[in-house]
Amino acid sequence: MESSIRTQAVDPTQVQALEEKVRDLEKRLRDVEERAPEDRVSLIVFSGDLDRVLAAFVIATGAAAMGQQVSIFFTFWGLSVLRKGRQFSGKTIFQKMMALMSPRSSQSLPVSKMNYFGVGAKMLRSMMKEKNVSSLEDMISLARDLGVRMIACEMSRDVMGIRESELVGGLECGGVATFLAESLKSRTSLFI
Amino acid sequence: MSQSFDKLLDARGLNCPMPLVNARKEIGKLEPGQVLKVMATDRGSVADFQGWVKIAKNVELVAQETESVDGASVYIHYVKRTT
Repeated sequence: MESSIRTQAVDPTQVQALEEKVRDLEKRLRDVEERAPEDRVSLIVFSGDLDRVLAAFVIATGAAAMGQQVSIFFTFWGLSVLRKGRQFSGKTIFQKMMALMSPRSSQSLPVSKMNYFGVGAKMLRSMMKEKNVSSLEDMISLARDLGVRMIACEMSRDVMGIRESELVGGLECGGVATFLAESLKSRTSLFI
Repeated sequence: MSQSFDKLLDARGLNCPMPLVNARKEIGKLEPGQVLKVMATDRGSVADFQGWVKIAKNVELVAQETESVDGASVYIHYVKRTT
């Protein structure tokens, strides 16, 4: 029986063109893969309000439990969450005022509504305790256990005159690019 | 009909996000193929566990049921570690 396979003359320039096309496609695929978001969640905590910060930590711990790599960038009023104490010596008058008027630690954060000089915050904390919701401090340590990265904004820390020694340990410091490097690779980014 | 499981996690009385967080910790201690039974009183955990298995690659929701214990609802989730 006669073979039905017919050989065809192959044009070497055609092969070359195809190879080039494949190489080009491979490169574009690599570029797309590099730019695709990963299993990451990045949060900015700008607020120093207890209720808002709680929401941030519920999202952070929940996302970490779901297998996402989570990072929280603390800036401006959000830096209060990371404070462990306050110092006055060697600061400018405005920085001293800032230190005096801002919360000394996560324990003394106000609520965004109905704070009434801290009574509202105490009330919310006791209501949460009654309902067996973890306290903010428990959630912060839980977030650490789950490998959540916490980054303190260098610029706002410097402006507000908050020293590194006034913040809790285990923090990274960084600027806008640190956050953007994370958020551009994240599926979700939130400003709180 | 009762679902078999390898480990029981009692998350009753805990609120969001603790049932999920604790389940995630426990599932990490299991071998692939084993099933974790989670008991929770948090109603939101029903949707939370469904969301978790949608996103995470190594878990599968085998079954979910609701039991009534002393008039209170207990939400039961069976989660299997796949890899």
